Amino acid sequence: MKHLLSTKDLSRDDAITLLDIAEDMADVSTREVRKLPTLRGKTVVNLFFEDSTRTRISFEAAAKRLSADVINFSAKGSSVSKGESLKDTAQTLAAIGADGVVIRHPASGAPQVLATSGWIDAGIINAGDGTHEHPTQALLDAFTIRRRLHKAASRGKGLDGVTVTIVGDVLHSRVARSNLWLLTTLGAEVTMVAPPTLFPMDMTGWPAAVSFDLDDAIDAGPDVIMMLRIQQERMNAAFFPNSREYSRRWGLDDERFARLAPTSIVMHPGPMNRGLEISSAAADSAASTVLEQVANGVSIRMAALYLLMSGDREES
Amino acid sequence: MSRIVLNQAEITRALTRISHEILESNRGPDNLVILGIPTRGVALARRIADIIERIEPAAAPVASGSLDVTMYRDDLAHTRTRTPSRTLVPASIDGATVVLVDDVLYSGRTIRAALDALGDHGRPAIVRLAVLVDRGHRALPIRADFVGKNLPSSTEERINVHLLEVDGDEFVSIDGGSAE
Repeated sequence: MKHLLSTKDLSRDDAITLLDIAEDMADVSTREVRKLPTLRGKTVVNLFFEDSTRTRISFEAAAKRLSADVINFSAKGSSVSKGESLKDTAQTLAAIGADGVVIRHPASGAPQVLATSGWIDAGIINAGDGTHEHPTQALLDAFTIRRRLHKAASRGKGLDGVTVTIVGDVLHSRVARSNLWLLTTLGAEVTMVAPPTLFPMDMTGWPAAVSFDLDDAIDAGPDVIMMLRIQQERMNAAFFPNSREYSRRWGLDDERFARLAPTSIVMHPGPMNRGLEISSAAADSAASTVLEQVANGVSIRMAALYLLMSGDREES
Repeated sequence: MSRIVLNQAEITRALTRISHEILESNRGPDNLVILGIPTRGVALARRIADIIERIEPAAAPVASGSLDVTMYRDDLAHTRTRTPSRTLVPASIDGATVVLVDDVLYSGRTIRAALDALGDHGRPAIVRLAVLVDRGHRALPIRADFVGKNLPSSTEERINVHLLEVDGDEFVSIDGGSAE
């Protein structure tokens, strides 16, 4: 694997290999010494053009557990705010000697540009680009589902026949897109639920069932219900009248949560808007995987960094 | 062409002898942890632990497991990306006598990586090394304590170890080399 830019072009075998390696990485975090010498002498740059403390510290923890050196670069207060182009930033990082670049960017496709432009010869990991993809989030979600369903016997398995309902701002959500491609590649059946205004105009080619009614979707008894965050920062138009109405119709409130099967899994990528898309009772319940998702995120990112940065880059 | 150097019965005999030698040097089965290096070392470690249990039926079962060394190798940057195997270290190894088990001992680099990996799991009192085949050509100051068969070989030759658990058949063979 040379770059990790999207889950759409990830094959089932590659995805399962990555999830299996993440299982090994998760074992490392239970040991006495929670560190591997694997990427000693390599440098990972966290290049964040958008604020994301959670994703950044997750990647930072992952790189440090593999003994890589980590440089954090955030656009705020840096040369970028002085007008530096992506090209100049990339070439600067290349000159510093970056072996891997984790990039988050508000523009869809920025990681792709970095990977194909030839400005820098490093492994590129997409940590979220615009409304396009966020592959490591989808991988950690799939990993979390697999672990809940199969526990210690997870290795080698896909998610065949698992029903996943994704609820919320599908229009803006890169998490929803990455999950859709990955989960269906792994054999899961995906239903998407949102207000009509928060679906993209054209969803041809999306292998998902579409619904506007959360109550119907809950009564269908999904194995997994994944609540997306209402992203206030992207709400530059009136997609729904007000947050109370959204919460009433598309939020996982206490009453809807009580109707879920006891074996159902409730997921949220975080950070949560408690009381808006998810109630506190649901978020803090035993069905909720919110904190597991955070812990698994480090394992998934270790696996991705390992696959991208070990091995001879000429031969891969 | 390929030449068989150990058949199934000979492999079983060698492992039985190694098990006895381990018991002798450890003065019994207490405090022993047998750790195999994937892939075939794990199967060998399991067998040695089973044989020891048969020899010493009164003692507590001997712990066996696997120790993957992929993440500790010194050649990660120079070959294609390796897929790691599972590490399963039973309980605590602090103060234990750990016997590392591998199929073939060659340069010694795998064992070097295994020693580093072991150190991250705890602090054994003693670490010993058992191998089915020692083919020579060491690149590091490492030697085996228990050897199934010493097999002087040229670097052009290839040693193949097949085990029932992994390959479905069982033998050690040698092939290649300029003499043939």
